Amino acid sequence: MKPQQHTQAKQKNGAARRQFFSFVKKELLHIWRDKRTLFILLGMPVVQIIIFGFALTNEVKNSKIAVLDQSKDAATASLIAELNASRYFDVEANLTSYKEIEAAFKKGKIKLAVLLPSQFAEDLKHVNKASVQLIADASDPNVANTLTNYATAVIMDYQDRITNKQRLPYSINVETRMLYNPQLKGAYNFVPGVMAMVLLLVCTMMTAITIVREKEMGTMEIMLVSPMRPQMVVIAKAVPYFLLSSINIASILLLSVFALEVPINGSLLLLVTESLLFTLVSLSLGLLISSAAASQQVAMFISLVALFLPTVMLSGFMFPIENMPFPLRMISNIVPAKWFYIIVRSVMIKGVGLAAVWKETLILTGMLLFFLTVAIKRFKIRLQ
Amino acid sequence: MASDKIITVDHLTKRFGVFTAVDAITFDVHKGEIFGFLGANGAGKTTAMRMLCGLSMPTSGKATVAGYDVYTQNEQIKKSIGYMSQKFSLYEDLTVKENMQLYGGIYGKSNAFIKEKTAFILEHLHLQDEANKLVGSLPLGWKQKLAFSVAIFHEPEIVFLDEPTGGVDPVTRREFWNMIYQAADNGITIFVTTHYMDEAEYCNRVSIMVDGKVEALDTPAMLKQQYQSATMDDVFLKLARKATRSGD
Repeated sequence: MKPQQHTQAKQKNGAARRQFFSFVKKELLHIWRDKRTLFILLGMPVVQIIIFGFALTNEVKNSKIAVLDQSKDAATASLIAELNASRYFDVEANLTSYKEIEAAFKKGKIKLAVLLPSQFAEDLKHVNKASVQLIADASDPNVANTLTNYATAVIMDYQDRITNKQRLPYSINVETRMLYNPQLKGAYNFVPGVMAMVLLLVCTMMTAITIVREKEMGTMEIMLVSPMRPQMVVIAKAVPYFLLSSINIASILLLSVFALEVPINGSLLLLVTESLLFTLVSLSLGLLISSAAASQQVAMFISLVALFLPTVMLSGFMFPIENMPFPLRMISNIVPAKWFYIIVRSVMIKGVGLAAVWKETLILTGMLLFFLTVAIKRFKIRLQ
Repeated sequence: MASDKIITVDHLTKRFGVFTAVDAITFDVHKGEIFGFLGANGAGKTTAMRMLCGLSMPTSGKATVAGYDVYTQNEQIKKSIGYMSQKFSLYEDLTVKENMQLYGGIYGKSNAFIKEKTAFILEHLHLQDEANKLVGSLPLGWKQKLAFSVAIFHEPEIVFLDEPTGGVDPVTRREFWNMIYQAADNGITIFVTTHYMDEAEYCNRVSIMVDGKVEALDTPAMLKQQYQSATMDDVFLKLARKATRSGD
């Protein structure tokens, strides 16, 4: 009897495999036939990377500044030249009096004014102390902050050079290093964010919608009457979106490395594995939503409001979590994207290994198991 | 003649909380029979049918489908039955052929079986030229006939049809019933719910559910005699008026 049982088991396996692949093929056909959605799903990460990379940058480049040089000596001339030469500033106007400063700001042309008092070079040489005043347009506080920092850095550079020549007996040298992101590129910040957003959108929203669509159309019932196990229906539904997400992960990483010049400092294998883990978390969330939503609109609404907004707001990608009030900080802990964002930044930018992100990985794995268990349980309950 | 019974239902009950949707129904369906399962909206026929299809667990009572127990042998039941719902059950963005491949696949049929059966059905329905067209582009009548062919694609012993002819014109309904007769001739048992009383006349036997109970069960001729009515329509109205539950 044993060999017969064996062949029976084999046949059963073969049938199960056929069921599974027929269903996956059907899902792929759905996606393939809906070219517009396919185009959006694959094009979205590319467009987002380009928008964030080249348009929505919070880096400061070629900001227009005004200079009021009351000294007009060799020292001020070279300092102004240095400011102008840096890629952050363009000297737009040379002012001649205090009064013109306010006027220049009001015109909105300049963001920063540099005041060099009279006898700048004299003071520098004889008193060993000269001062520079920076006046920034703080109607946008972040930009004002960044600009004064950059300007201070340029002036410090200049000072370093002349003090070296003079060999002062002693001096305190403050040296700042921007670790992991020496050029303070915004891309380092948003590439992990865009990745989290795209994966959530593709996996969670699309899986939720596609399952609810079958419920609406009545085809889900046909699937449930078939010998195919409900769990298998759910998994087969998720497979194509997992594949799509893999393509998206690849295109985001390729774009960020080659177009935005963000390096992958850590292990590529670890980065990809963590991304796939997050993809699975998103997929299971999609399944969970689909079991709760009665219509495609509801599924979309839940995905957008309950997932997408917290991902953008509370993952640390747009706004630093450290500055949030306590309740929001607590809520941010249940946003999966927050942990993924930390992982990607750590692995990709800081180049650390699993030893440094094991805690976050564990949290994501826990979330995956929780969502998946609840989703499958709810799916079964619906059948009863 | 116990072996002749393909569906046996014995005091089958389904409660949702305090509401008894199906109240201890008892009946048998014979092999190769066309069994009409009638009832007003809310009478409980969909719930009863869902229990027989393995979609819903009974609260109490006994039932077997194709010799398998509805409590414990769900999987075997699902392999032995076909199902077509009142909602249209094919995928509109798949071609005729792809739909058949899908249904053959989820019933675990081999590629050779699927290929042969697809060719047979296409020829039978004269749909060879439409094989690679999207189902969404076909007229409703054709879709309905195709859906029925797909429901019996895997050659089940029983096929459950839940209001299969809703929204279809009389000519197509007639053609549809010809297909049902053909399937019955091939030994497939037909379990069909309908709202059209002229269709009830086509059935071998008819059961009428009122308020979760089977109130009447016999051949259409016997029922008309028993209730002294000229048509099944009258029989149905006489019984349905007794209902205290309102339909949904």
